[in-house]
Amino acid sequence: MSKNIDKTIPYSNNSFATEPTRMVKFLRVCFLYQVYNFFKLNLKVMRIVVGGHS
Amino acid sequence: MAKVVVLGAGISGHTAVSYLSKSLKKNHEVIMVSPNSNFQWIPSNIWVGVGLMTPDQVKFKLAPVYKKMGVNYKQAMAVSIHPEGDAENTKGFVKIKYISEEDKGKEENVTYDYLINATGPKLNFDATEGLGPNKFTQSVCTYDHAEHAWSKFQESLAKMEKGEKQTFVVGTGHALATCQGAAFEYILNIAFEIRKRKLMHLADLWWISNEYELGDFGMGGAYVKRNGYVTPTKIFTESILKEYGINWIKRAGVQKVEKGIIYYENLDGKFLTRSFDFAMLIPGFTGAGMKAYNKKNEDITSDVFVANGMMKVDADYTPKPYEEWSAKDWPSTYQSQKYDNVYAAGIAFAPPHGMSKPMQSPNGTKIFPTPPRTGMPSGVIGKIVAQNIIHAVKTGKMEHKHKASMAKMGAACIVSAGYGMFKGQAAVMTVNPIVPDWEKYPKWGRNIKDTVGVVGTAGHWMKLFMHYMFLYKAKAKPFWWLIPE
Repeated sequence: MSKNIDKTIPYSNNSFATEPTRMVKFLRVCFLYQVYNFFKLNLKVMRIVVGGHS
Repeated sequence: MAKVVVLGAGISGHTAVSYLSKSLKKNHEVIMVSPNSNFQWIPSNIWVGVGLMTPDQVKFKLAPVYKKMGVNYKQAMAVSIHPEGDAENTKGFVKIKYISEEDKGKEENVTYDYLINATGPKLNFDATEGLGPNKFTQSVCTYDHAEHAWSKFQESLAKMEKGEKQTFVVGTGHALATCQGAAFEYILNIAFEIRKRKLMHLADLWWISNEYELGDFGMGGAYVKRNGYVTPTKIFTESILKEYGINWIKRAGVQKVEKGIIYYENLDGKFLTRSFDFAMLIPGFTGAGMKAYNKKNEDITSDVFVANGMMKVDADYTPKPYEEWSAKDWPSTYQSQKYDNVYAAGIAFAPPHGMSKPMQSPNGTKIFPTPPRTGMPSGVIGKIVAQNIIHAVKTGKMEHKHKASMAKMGAACIVSAGYGMFKGQAAVMTVNPIVPDWEKYPKWGRNIKDTVGVVGTAGHWMKLFMHYMFLYKAKAKPFWWLIPE
């Protein structure tokens, strides 16, 4: 997103961090994939919440 | 007839009072004591802090909702609890002091059969010199703080539009602060808003945290399934910060703030500074500061509360080294250790210990996050405490059929950036359980099948969905009880 931090300084904090590829960035906003993710994540959260107490 | 008193109308207290009023309508009395006249959906304060929502969109008046529920609402502050009563009262009671305009300053002793302390945290800005909205830094812990932060953020944006460079620092404002998730969400939103205005070339963004490694979030970090790997949250978090153009300082205990300068000590024992034009730093949390007295009016505060003012419940508070911490130490019913009819829900209960490994600088300064208790566990705890009291009232038996340990309960953290159906994105992280259980899950500490760490518009939709869904539930609209916590 930003170009103002120098990611290329050896041994700087930022130089060790991963970055998303173009494909990952595309999938993050791909409507159909995100609709699928929306239901998948909601179901997962619901299952975790309901199953976490008696 | 039973009389149940709930202290605090935050997520936990409001959830508890909703279930109590639903089940104890006839011949019973449910009382809510809260100094606030509004309910606020705290997770959306982040959007208020960057001008994407107004305070009116994240809050509503409590009085009409409690009237509809049949709850006796007292806008007052709890001063002290007297679980054994006193010379005049045989029942336990709470001394309250009214805040509402018509009764301001008036004191009352409210007796109870059951008491739920859900007073939440006191925002302890005083623990760090110069911290807080009345001094040199901003906060998003309440809607009015967030509104103030937005006005200050706008001042910085205006300067940038005139070509002036600005430094933004966001993170923890105390060596033992928690709630890193909220601060993390705020800095991503700040970065998003600056980028939207094409001003990133004039922004210097810094994340400052007391975490040993980023992604600790006060829960000792976690492993999440991501892109075919089981990845530590350190990698996940650093990747997001890098992507948004944010630098970071970790292992930092903020000690003092002056105008435009933050003084901090790191775990190496070095005393350093970081200059800023705009800073939002989360303060340390303590309990509400209530006192407790026995029948003879002797101070028993230290028997009922731990030193920071949070209430002792059914946890194992035996001091032990990090290596001996166990998931079994965590409470599951939230019943007071000393009084059977007193409970602490949400942030008001004292955790038995942290989740993050305690760290100390060579100068002896403790620098590590204390355990977080977000909305989801707070709501669940409020619900099970209410259910157990309802059961006790109806059957006369205190059986605690409902349990919810944070060592068995999962949670989701949604860190949203941007706003809108197509422009907003969010990082979603789920963990189960919240407290790592290395005996049950020796490899990863948690159930790896339940963990996830993803970024995308779906996460933002979830956050928006939850905003409207939980406000609907909190307003006790039809079928609210079908919505899980």
